[in-house]
Amino acid sequence: MVDALRFRDDVPHEEPAVTLDSFLGQSNATAVRIEAGEDARVLLPHLDRIALVEVSFPKYRDGRGYSSARILREAGYTGELRAQGDVLVDQIPLMRRCGFDSFAPEAPVDEAVLHASLTRYDHDYQAAADGHVPVWKRRHG
Amino acid sequence: MKLLTGNDLVTGDVIWWTGDGWSRHIEDAKDAGDQGDILAQVEEAARRVNTPYVIDAEATSEGPRPAHIKDRIRALGPTVRPDLTLKPADPNAGSWVI
Amino acid sequence: MYKYDEYDHAIVASRVEEFRDQVRRRLEGHLTEDQFKPLRLMNGLYLQLHAYMLRVAVPYGTMDARQMRMLGHIARKYDRGYGHFTTRQNIQFNWIKLADTPDILEELATVEMHAIQTSGNCIRNISSDQFAGAAADEVTDPRPWAELLRQWSTFHPEFTYLPRKFKIAVIASDTDRAAMRLHDIGIQIVRNDAGELGGRIYVGGGMGRTPMIAPLIRDFVPYEDFISYLEACLRVYNRYGRRDNIYKARIKILIHEIGADKYRDEVEAEFLEVKKLAIDPPKAELERISAHFAPPAFENGLLDDIDRTDPDFAVWVDQNVSAHKTAGYAIVTVSLKPMGGIPGDASADQIDVMADLAERFSFNELRVTHAQNIVLPHVAKRDLYPVYQILNQSGLAEANLDLISDIIACPGLDYCSLANARSIPLAQKIAQRFSDLDRQRDLGELKLKISGCINACGHHHAGHIGILGVDRKGTENFQLLLGGSGAEDVSLAKITGPGFSEDGIVDAIEKTTDVYLAQREDGERFVDTYRRIGMEPFKEAIYG
Repeated sequence: MVDALRFRDDVPHEEPAVTLDSFLGQSNATAVRIEAGEDARVLLPHLDRIALVEVSFPKYRDGRGYSSARILREAGYTGELRAQGDVLVDQIPLMRRCGFDSFAPEAPVDEAVLHASLTRYDHDYQAAADGHVPVWKRRHG
Repeated sequence: MKLLTGNDLVTGDVIWWTGDGWSRHIEDAKDAGDQGDILAQVEEAARRVNTPYVIDAEATSEGPRPAHIKDRIRALGPTVRPDLTLKPADPNAGSWVI
Repeated sequence: MYKYDEYDHAIVASRVEEFRDQVRRRLEGHLTEDQFKPLRLMNGLYLQLHAYMLRVAVPYGTMDARQMRMLGHIARKYDRGYGHFTTRQNIQFNWIKLADTPDILEELATVEMHAIQTSGNCIRNISSDQFAGAAADEVTDPRPWAELLRQWSTFHPEFTYLPRKFKIAVIASDTDRAAMRLHDIGIQIVRNDAGELGGRIYVGGGMGRTPMIAPLIRDFVPYEDFISYLEACLRVYNRYGRRDNIYKARIKILIHEIGADKYRDEVEAEFLEVKKLAIDPPKAELERISAHFAPPAFENGLLDDIDRTDPDFAVWVDQNVSAHKTAGYAIVTVSLKPMGGIPGDASADQIDVMADLAERFSFNELRVTHAQNIVLPHVAKRDLYPVYQILNQSGLAEANLDLISDIIACPGLDYCSLANARSIPLAQKIAQRFSDLDRQRDLGELKLKISGCINACGHHHAGHIGILGVDRKGTENFQLLLGGSGAEDVSLAKITGPGFSEDGIVDAIEKTTDVYLAQREDGERFVDTYRRIGMEPFKEAIYG
């Protein structure tokens, strides 16, 4: 069954995500969860052994996770980056732009609305973590 | 008395609970007693009102008069544009607010 | 001024469709109000005291006649025949229906206008100098830089759920006509020793509950680093700004708590990381935008003479007409503070009159000022009299720029659900008390600002005389503050003492101005005398 909230081709990672403290204390964990206020950069020395980072969104208004995601992608992280918690369908396109490729919302998401949202904008003004060519680059080749 | 008030979802109009529905005119408002919070939940869920809340008011010969000036302004309209209020032709409307 | 290309049009059109769908989902009950609220705020739609209120963006306060006419059309078709110009150079319509907003946004898009990010915890309208492109003291027109920032900040995916709202102002002169130091980020475009243009960056200013003047964070950021540096500034705020208390969530609180030096260190470290991403647009992009702001085709050899035979016209010229950098031209400020009127309001008819004047006499350009007036930036001096006559016929020729009756006032409790007191009736009473124009001119420059609540949308902290409306046990009460300024002599006003009733504060203001008249020396403005003699003489006069 296709998971409409996962935008990766690989097989979902089986291991549960451990807390950041646990992860840093264990040498063999491959999945970690960062809370909204935790520093994603702490993971940078360990990226090559991480297959899944789950970022918490305790309340949808708390936008710290967007920065955490971009920081990880900018550092070269290519594993699964999941937004978990109070994730609403209208935020998912922004989260995709920040590098999230899977979503675990607490409340169900309307897939039709999600698909429309994800395909609505053809152009982006600024560069982000999704590889889209920003408008200023299109203008000047 | 307690009045239940809010805004109409579609138009944004200020509305008052009348006992069995909603009116733009505070003269139609009825005491919600201690049912205000329950009514607010039911009516908001049914989208018959947006962002409802309960206020204090006193019963007067002209109808309910909210205790706080903010809700009196909501009931009538802006004091600085009588022509835009619910009672543009009433010269005493402003003093009811203030 | 800037003209959209295919990309700008496409982005705004997508936004209109997105909001149309969000409204549909709200009306059908798929979105609760709590879920819908941030979405509608990011399209400038508030639920206010009487109805929905729509705040339309006027990017850096600049419009052409076609856009101004559209605002008049919106006022007539969807509202109640008028609009309100705000202290962030935008316009507000007070009687909007939710169901109409998608159509309103669609109509606005036909003239390259929108309501994007005029509210919400995101980057708001980039404001600028209302005399940009006309003032002699600017090193360059700041608006291309503001347009660059507008695009960078629009739908920025990382900065859409900031701890709180974020306001940026850009100027390009030492004279600050945009209250730049009282913004979350204030930028002055300057030239370095090599003659290159770049930004002097101040971060952490603001008004509200805890007013602060923005400290200098970086002396010079060249164009090649401009977007990266701002990205770093915002990322540090998004990560570390407080989210536990909405009254402590602005960046000014973060900088106050960790200190400007620590904030700067964090930004510089983040900047080094962001710089690796190559997100700064090339010089060609600034040049492309700047080409839209090329000076209009001014005529040569125009006379500087003005026929002052009409005494009322002469008074208006002295007060509301400012020097233009080009010989034979002048900058006209149209006062939206007529005696007995509502500060910042304009009827649809008045909006059309100003649009026509812009088209005929100002190279099709108008500005909105943060003092809630309108500027016609490029008027030939030979056209000043016909412009004045047309303004006068429409109640737009009050000759009170920067005088005590040129009051900045928020909408207050008559319109705003956040307010504690009504600000507009007080503004009217003050203007009435000082209605004698000769008396006003004798008092001279006196910037009076009224806020109906602590959110300070009336900028009272930056008033030479500031007034804050409070709720004292259910009654409206007003605090008097003195000595603030939003200009380059930036300062925060101080409270005089206990508050007053509405009539009481009008008397207190009159006593205040009497002290000034008795004590002033050598061409001092009110605020200069206050700074020299201090609060005590004023307190004695007011409280006896």
